[in-house]
Amino acid sequence: MMDIRKHLAEHWLPPITGIVLFILLWAMLAHGSDTLPGPVKTWDSAVVLFSDPFYRKTPNDQGIGWNILNSLGRVGIGFGLAALIGIPLGFMIGRFDFLNKMTSPIVSMLRPVSPLAWLPIGLLVFKAANPAAIWVIFISSIWPMIINTAMGVRQLPQDYLNVARVLNLSEWKIFTKILFPATLPYMLTGIRLAIGTAWLVIVAAEMLTGGVGIGFWVWDEWNNLNVEHIIIAIFVVGIVGLLLEMLLVQIAKRFSY
Amino acid sequence: MKKYVQIENVQMSFETKHGPFVALKDIALKINPGEFITLIGHSGCGKSTLLNLIAGLIMPTDGVMLCADREIAGPGPDRGVVFQNHSLLPWLTCFENVHLAVERVFGATESKAQLAQRTQEALALVHLSHAEHKYPHEISGGMKQRVGIARALSMQPKVLLMDEPFGALDALTRAHLQDELMKIVAATNSTVVMVTHDVDEAVLLSDRIVMMTNGPAATIGEILSVDLPKPRNRVALANDAYYHCLRAVVLEFLYQKQARKAA
Repeated sequence: MMDIRKHLAEHWLPPITGIVLFILLWAMLAHGSDTLPGPVKTWDSAVVLFSDPFYRKTPNDQGIGWNILNSLGRVGIGFGLAALIGIPLGFMIGRFDFLNKMTSPIVSMLRPVSPLAWLPIGLLVFKAANPAAIWVIFISSIWPMIINTAMGVRQLPQDYLNVARVLNLSEWKIFTKILFPATLPYMLTGIRLAIGTAWLVIVAAEMLTGGVGIGFWVWDEWNNLNVEHIIIAIFVVGIVGLLLEMLLVQIAKRFSY
Repeated sequence: MKKYVQIENVQMSFETKHGPFVALKDIALKINPGEFITLIGHSGCGKSTLLNLIAGLIMPTDGVMLCADREIAGPGPDRGVVFQNHSLLPWLTCFENVHLAVERVFGATESKAQLAQRTQEALALVHLSHAEHKYPHEISGGMKQRVGIARALSMQPKVLLMDEPFGALDALTRAHLQDELMKIVAATNSTVVMVTHDVDEAVLLSDRIVMMTNGPAATIGEILSVDLPKPRNRVALANDAYYHCLRAVVLEFLYQKQARKAA
């Protein structure tokens, strides 16, 4: 009995206290303001919104579910393409010092650029909003994948390379049995960072490009002055981001040795 | 009689910021088939360097090194290496770790069933058949080292090279593995070169003890033949006057002739 209480007190009490205090603070702020809706009003609005998440009225008026799925789809494609190109590139940069020194100044220069700065280039090249948004996601998620994969390859313990040498393993065996498994945890860190950034960037990109998506939805509701929906969107973006992070942490746990 | 390993006038120096550093010089050693050789010396005397040279992991700056009359030009499956820190791949099971070596040496000529059988035989040799599906982090340090020995022996090397294989183990596990190693070597008639800093281990296991002088420019100081009858029993030897006499020779070399200033 004591154990359960202790467990509750240690693991559940602090976060629940935090959430309750947060909502109280929010309610207090909302009470003193005539524009910011309070928790109760937002909750009521969310109940209505989520009671029919998949309706389709016009191309620009669709359920919250479609908006989330569309944003996730863009992140998925942009991120997938980045993984497809970034991870092999990271392997090569990590393995060949010449390539590392060759690409390092370019990567260092381009990495700190806000991904949104690439949006006009995307619009120019693809002449459409949707691929341009995907392009921005691609650019924002490729750097962590290149950098972390390359770092993982460079951190490969000399012991494992010695094993490869004494056993006289072929390049293919070295890659599949030593290099890839040894680099995997680093790669997954890169993937986690990348998906975090991609989800961060998609809201801003969609605000600029429009179409169906959680980012544009926020902007649309701002134009409608529907502040409850904006607050709901903030929570939705936060919770989806958290779920993506948790999923990747679970995957990473399976591959830690 | 044919010499299995032949080392002539080998010198090894490394490039450093302060110019070349001579680690080993004038090394000459001939090792016979079936012989158990230990290399002993203070730390930093280059005994591991000498082992790495035989393994082919590094190339000598000067001199000739042969293994079964062929020049050592790099690592090869004719020389099985057991590393001090076991160096098992953590994402592979014990079976897979050994299989990797077996596959490399016999993969071209034997069927999958034969390869699996060789792997199982190697693990059975070190009494680890029950742990073949375990991962390295699931077994003890002594067991890991046994898998390392199984991996090296599974390639049927001409020479087994061991770099302080039991150095990281506790005294009881070490004694147990030494006894097992003696049995394995007797059963497989292996030629062994082993680096150690443990005088008892050297006398117990060796046919000859190669004692190395202190570096830099370390070389072979003395070679002691250990002609104690085999099989050897550590308990019986504990009261054997000749064993203690041999032990004293090594101790005298290490702590008087090659005494180190307090580090």
